[in-house]
Amino acid sequence: MLDYDIIVVGGGHAGCEAALAAARMGATVLLLTLGWESIADMPCNPSLGGPGKAQIIREIDALGGEMARNIDDAYLQIRLLNTGKGPAVHSLRAQADKDAYQARMREILDAEENLAVEVSHVEEILVSREGQVRGVETREGKVYLAPTVILATGTYLGGRVFIGDVSYSSGPHGQPASTGLTKILRNLRLELARFKTGTSPRIARASINFRNTKQQPGHILPFGFSFETHGTRGDQVLCYLTYTTRKTHDIIKANLSKAPLYTGAITGRGPRYCPSIETKVMEFPDRERHQVFLEPETRAGEIVYLGGLSTSLPLDTQREIVHSVPGLEDAEIVRPGYAIEYDCLVPTEISPWLEVKKVPGLFTAGQINGTSGYEEAASQGLMAGINAVLKLRGREPFVLGRSEAYIGVLIDDLVTKGTKEPYRMMTSRVEYRLTLRQDNADLRLTDKGFALGLVPEERYEMFSKRRRQIQDELARLKTTIVPGDAATTRHLEEIGTMPVQSQTSLGDLLSRPEVSYQSLAAIDKDRVKLPEDVTLVVEIELKYAGYIRKQMSQIERTQRLETRRIPRSIEYSLIHGLSREAREKLTAVDPRSLGQAARISGVTPADIVALVAYLETGSHRRKQDSGDADGI
Amino acid sequence: MSKDRETIAAISTPLGEGAIGIVRVSGSLAFAIANKVFRDPSGQRQRELKPWGVRYGSIVDCETGEHVDEALAVAMPAPHSFTREDVVEFSCHGGVAVLTRVLETVIKCGARLAEPGEFTKRAFLAGRIDLSQAEAVIDVIRAKTDSARRLALANLRGELSTRVGRIRDNVLVLLAHIEASIDFPDEDIGVLEVKDMTERAQESVSELNELVRTGMSSRVYRDGVSVVLAGRPNVGKSSLFNALVGKMRAIVTDIPGTTRDVIDDWTTIKGVPIRLVDTAGMRKTRDLIEKLGVEAANQQAEEADLVVAVIDGSRPICDEDRDMLLQVMDKSGVVAVNKCDLESEVEEGSLIPHAGDKRILRMSAKTGEGINELEQALADLAVAEITGACENPVMANLRQLEALENAMRSMEESAHALSNSVSPDLAAIDMYEALFWLDQITGRSASEDLMEKIFSEFCIGK
Ligand SMILES: Nc1nc2c(ncn2[C@@H]2O[C@H](COP(=O)(O)OP(=O)(O)OP(=O)(O)O)[C@@H](O)[C@H]2O)c(=O)[nH]1
Ligand SMILES: [Mg+2]
Repeated sequence: MLDYDIIVVGGGHAGCEAALAAARMGATVLLLTLGWESIADMPCNPSLGGPGKAQIIREIDALGGEMARNIDDAYLQIRLLNTGKGPAVHSLRAQADKDAYQARMREILDAEENLAVEVSHVEEILVSREGQVRGVETREGKVYLAPTVILATGTYLGGRVFIGDVSYSSGPHGQPASTGLTKILRNLRLELARFKTGTSPRIARASINFRNTKQQPGHILPFGFSFETHGTRGDQVLCYLTYTTRKTHDIIKANLSKAPLYTGAITGRGPRYCPSIETKVMEFPDRERHQVFLEPETRAGEIVYLGGLSTSLPLDTQREIVHSVPGLEDAEIVRPGYAIEYDCLVPTEISPWLEVKKVPGLFTAGQINGTSGYEEAASQGLMAGINAVLKLRGREPFVLGRSEAYIGVLIDDLVTKGTKEPYRMMTSRVEYRLTLRQDNADLRLTDKGFALGLVPEERYEMFSKRRRQIQDELARLKTTIVPGDAATTRHLEEIGTMPVQSQTSLGDLLSRPEVSYQSLAAIDKDRVKLPEDVTLVVEIELKYAGYIRKQMSQIERTQRLETRRIPRSIEYSLIHGLSREAREKLTAVDPRSLGQAARISGVTPADIVALVAYLETGSHRRKQDSGDADGI
Repeated sequence: MSKDRETIAAISTPLGEGAIGIVRVSGSLAFAIANKVFRDPSGQRQRELKPWGVRYGSIVDCETGEHVDEALAVAMPAPHSFTREDVVEFSCHGGVAVLTRVLETVIKCGARLAEPGEFTKRAFLAGRIDLSQAEAVIDVIRAKTDSARRLALANLRGELSTRVGRIRDNVLVLLAHIEASIDFPDEDIGVLEVKDMTERAQESVSELNELVRTGMSSRVYRDGVSVVLAGRPNVGKSSLFNALVGKMRAIVTDIPGTTRDVIDDWTTIKGVPIRLVDTAGMRKTRDLIEKLGVEAANQQAEEADLVVAVIDGSRPICDEDRDMLLQVMDKSGVVAVNKCDLESEVEEGSLIPHAGDKRILRMSAKTGEGINELEQALADLAVAEITGACENPVMANLRQLEALENAMRSMEESAHALSNSVSPDLAAIDMYEALFWLDQITGRSASEDLMEKIFSEFCIGK
């Protein structure tokens, strides 16, 4: 008999969501972590959310994941970014109290009935002779058996830390690196890549001269990350902003020979959106200064993270750099910045439901799949947890489309295109962001989460009520005709908009840029008081109806390719007219639909024409008829 | 064997020249067929082909052994040929008849006659050329005249792709600015002001507009320019029509009102295809049939690209002449003062105020005097019509034009939105739509390029 249904290796953001999702769906789960102190750790910036990432957190929440509730309970400060822009890109960001965040997550894990957590160092993945996963073995030789294993090992895989000319094998935060697993993945014939990422120095709060910095306060908002949260905390703490100086840049230039990034010691690919200060100074020589964000790591606040100052220069140079920044003249470095190199899978090795194609039963999530970021990791963990359970039950995988969720875009990008650098979600990767907003994540996904058994009854009822309120209010505004009397006309003039023609509805009025839901209160006699998160969605849907319609037609245009499935039995080597590159890429990625095939880099429109021609001719169908299930 | 794998053959005259014709064979049997039909110059021994080597020899009928023609043969092995298949080309210098014989011989030996554009289709399917290049080849095949062919060739060399690429780049830069400001909101990365964004968007609109216009006129080029002959009865319109078309097509009499309906015919004037339209003379009439004819004449004059306003030079100018000249005032064309073999009653000075921008030319349909000048003037005007004011004409087909127009409309909407202080991330929806349409022409995907742009332009990241 097997010990567990699912074993999750790694207790970071991906591992936690994976374990919780699987357990909540009723599977028995074992979570193996290197230590309790690494559960839901934030080894880089102590912050969550921001453009692209906030949408992911909301989606995790809508599907029944934990991250949103956890951060709502543990933030120091919350802000709504991009408010000057359209509603599609409004994004929450929070500074986390990282201790409180970890503590709450540990409690949640602890309280979950079907979930056991053990501290252990996994050294071996057990695979049957047929290539199916069987379980794991720890460094101490202990064997745990399970038909599915989820690897969520973060940057620990073959991790190597660099500070100046010092480098040593290590995971983040001085945790031991996991070297055995790398070897195992190689033995499983999986292609690996080596990435790098960096962190900034942390300094002692008491040593900061705050007079020389700019305050950044939090916001008071009617919502939080989770749809269960209806307001922000009153006890938010301040963050601070300062800038590098010419002197900083001179120090960096003078010490470049000691930077492992420039000496060639580091070979892994770093993310372009998170460059080290060395890189920023060298690649943008015209910039006179760069921002440095002072981000407290905890409420008590002894330690402050220097956002924007990621570096792997030697400690004494780091000290010089820090001291050249206004406000940090006397700052004491508590923990130096470092670069960390690690192994990850080439993500085209995995399927859209995050199962390793060559090893049935083995799922991967988070940094091991080539992503960076806590939110990206958590969302994959959630999806891997769900799909591991579905696999055990013989059910179809759960895959989100690019037009359904940021999570869908994230995973489709990974498994279709792979990535040459640590992948971070950005709104610009999302074609349909006006319909994939943070305010409507529940409307998009909660039905699905409920069907999966992840969203509890109570929460679903709360959601259903909200949805009904939104639908009713939309219908009411669209059908309520604005009266043409003098008082109404006067009010419209007062709020700076043209008087109405006959048969204009309140909804029509709202589509005018200068008119807000609030400003119509006086002439909207039947209005009942609704929660702000309801009226927000209503207002957006009406105000941006024109653009939403455009986006919907763009989505429809792509649906033909997206819904056109490619039979699993297809033999690309037999298709006439495909280029050699396309043949290789298509075989490697094994796309599910023509849409996915078209997104593979190296596959040209001509290849797609050839593919369509082949699928049309029916030469493949004979084979398909003989029992090939196109399924999934 | 599937149709796509059969070996195909066709006559393919090298573009732009006519003296030498080529019979091209493509497919797995190409080399085997060459071995059967290609012999040494004496026609006795088989002539071995070397990859990429040019061989001189003769072509013989593989059944009768009959000598067909002398030829140069080139073998291009897969995958380095145009179609990525084995290809053999026989260059022969005979005329159409001989080329047809060579083709027949090749087909007897196992090739199939290619459908129009089939070589191109194979090249496209093999990823050899992009969509707009493939379409350009088709245009070359269809082009009616040398000038049209030159345009199609320019397109084949990538003129359209290049210009679309430039516009696309501009849109990408705009999007990079918008996206960077969204994804990195609290970093001072120095993005464009909305005012500058609006300007840039408008620039793209005018560039697209220019491309659409020249593309449109390239359609005119392929389909020809329409030229209408207008004038009151009996001035010699039909006579000029016949002179230009080069045959007796329209009836000429000395009875005013002879031509009662619109007559048109295709002709090539100095290499430019022109649809020449003869009309009923413009005058007030009570004759119902003639009245209908006059109405049709007015309509034709309205719709035509160019007008030849015909005046009888042997008669003083009358009100009907002036009415006609007024009616076509804004049209480009020429004023043709006909019957210059007779004594002149028309002074050029008195015509100038009525001629608009049109040149005034004297001629005689009867003697042929001045007809060459008329032809030259019409050809020049037609070319100007085609190329518009722009220096680099491009050939665009209907599908491409439609894509360009859609892209232009979307960019217009985005510029409009920006200037109405709509948030740039919404205006971006229109820009992405524009990109979609531009990519329909070049067949590329935008997303990778956009990432590249964002990161090369901005210093981003904590
Ligand atoms: N001397 C001379 N006679 C000409 C010339 N061109 C046309 N004519 C004569 O003018 C008369 C009218 O010519 P058409 O060509 O029928 O004139 P039209 O403008 O077509 O006349 P409608 O069809 O009646 O409107 C005929 O008798 C022609 O022979 C010319 O250049 N010189
Ligand atoms: Mg006539």
